[in-house]
Amino acid sequence: MLYDIITAFWRDWIVLKRRMIKFILSRMVAPILYLVAFGWGLGRSITTGGGAYINFLVPGILALNSMNISFNSLTSLHGERVYHKSIEEYFTAPINPLSFAIGKILAAILRGMISSAIIIILAYAFGADFTITPLFLLVLILNCAIFAEIGFYAAMTIASYEDMGRFNTYILLPMSFLCGTFFSPDKLPTAFYYFVHILPLTHTSLLLRGIGSGGVPNMISVAVLLFYVITCFSLCVYVTKKAQE
Amino acid sequence: MLCLEGVRKVFPYKNAAGKDDLKVAVAGLDLQINKGEIFGLLGPNGAGKTTIIRMLTLLTKPTAGKIYYDDLDTAIAAKQIKQLIGVVPQHINFDQDLTVGENMQLHGRLHHIPAKKRKIIIDKLLNYVELTDRINDNVRALSGGMKRRLLIVRALMHEPDILFLDEPTVALDPQVRRRIWDLIRKMQRSGVTIVLTTHYIEEAEALCDRVAIMNKGRLIALDTPQALQQKIGSYVVEWDNEKTEREFKIFHSKDEAKTFADNLFQENILRRHANLEDVFVELTGRRVNK
Ligand SMILES: Nc1ncnc2c1ncn2[C@@H]1O[C@H](COP(=O)(O)OP(=O)(O)OP(=O)(O)O)[C@@H](O)[C@H]1O
Ligand SMILES: [Mg+2]
Repeated sequence: MLYDIITAFWRDWIVLKRRMIKFILSRMVAPILYLVAFGWGLGRSITTGGGAYINFLVPGILALNSMNISFNSLTSLHGERVYHKSIEEYFTAPINPLSFAIGKILAAILRGMISSAIIIILAYAFGADFTITPLFLLVLILNCAIFAEIGFYAAMTIASYEDMGRFNTYILLPMSFLCGTFFSPDKLPTAFYYFVHILPLTHTSLLLRGIGSGGVPNMISVAVLLFYVITCFSLCVYVTKKAQE
Repeated sequence: MLCLEGVRKVFPYKNAAGKDDLKVAVAGLDLQINKGEIFGLLGPNGAGKTTIIRMLTLLTKPTAGKIYYDDLDTAIAAKQIKQLIGVVPQHINFDQDLTVGENMQLHGRLHHIPAKKRKIIIDKLLNYVELTDRINDNVRALSGGMKRRLLIVRALMHEPDILFLDEPTVALDPQVRRRIWDLIRKMQRSGVTIVLTTHYIEEAEALCDRVAIMNKGRLIALDTPQALQQKIGSYVVEWDNEKTEREFKIFHSKDEAKTFADNLFQENILRRHANLEDVFVELTGRRVNK
């Protein structure tokens, strides 16, 4: 099974490798804009709990960016399933179809982590100050995993390409702004406050910010992320089985 | 032996009025395909050929009924069965982001062919279909016929025991088509069982040991091409009717046909031997060659 996971991963890796320069350049655009607009521009006039706004901002950008990249790494899977039908190759081969799912998800996590690395480097270049610990990286990986899994599930179930786009607009975009990324969820009305705390991205933002500023991580948030990783993975297992019916 | 018992496939779909409806693609099929034979599935568009192939290759599950490969049940032993089969789909399903070589590599890896052997096989197969110099091209850059050729040899990489070909020679030029036929015969000689669908009657005649004729999800005839012809009669008289449309009638004896032709006052009368196409048109009421 490991061999087959590697095969599925290998396929995505050679595609990524071929486009690595393009991938890196395109992944730099949004974070630079965020850092300039909100870090330099707006941020000069804002302070949050004493620290510079950019230090508050960077963990938020990391969270939302890793979410977007991991999810969208798997939108092309939709075309591979519906239009090119190239995923049939995996389903007629004598492999456990789950290795296909796992390989794809791992490749999406890799993309999410590469773009996170880009942001970390840019953020330091912009003068941000935060510490990276192993737990910080683990939280990032968990966040990538959750949204890679959701991306896989969406690509395997959604009927049209337009609906994949709608998923971005109606779910990911609001989360990008509301889940403790640009401002603390404490500022939200109570009902909203509780609502965003159901969402995984809020916990990622809070954890990254807490760990980054040298604070003690909230283990409940880690547990929430783990819960999402496991639940979303079960959905992927289900949808992979379903794909062969 | 490959055995289908009461196999049915029903698809839910939205009908013209926008209501949920069920489409019966395969309506209860009993069939046996013998080891080592070339078995042809014939039928007009929408007859259910692809649906059958997809069920046999485990891409979709029957709504009802059972499929056995010898004593292996598709509902239970999927992985073992997948080791035995090679699939050439009707829809060209290459990975569009990979090159010709990488697509072959992917297939080899998925079938656990060791790296060294993989390379040798890929070289050999690409050479056979004259695509060696395209190995580093993206598959998108191939012509339609080249893609078909590649699709076929890709399915041979892991040396399957049973090969499924869904319209393998569609859009190929006559020379290439004959080469593919040769390849299919060669596969049969080496012991491979072959199940193919086709719209080309001459292809079925040239290749198949037995053919099944399907219409609207049902099996309407099953036999050797020769026996099917004999059943409907061996002698055909063709003519142009008043609307200058071609009509024909089939006879069991040469004399009957001659008498009929001699008493027919129409244009362009022709007497000839029956072929599989006549069987097809007679049974399905439709012409196959588009
Ligand atoms: N996924 C699906 N959803 C709904 N209906 C389907 C689906 N797949 C096939 N059908 C229907 O089932 C019937 C049989 O289709 P199938 O593709 O098996 O025909 P075919 O014999 O291969 O035709 P062709 O010669 O055109 O390839 C058709 O009426 C088709 O519309
Ligand atoms: Mg078909």
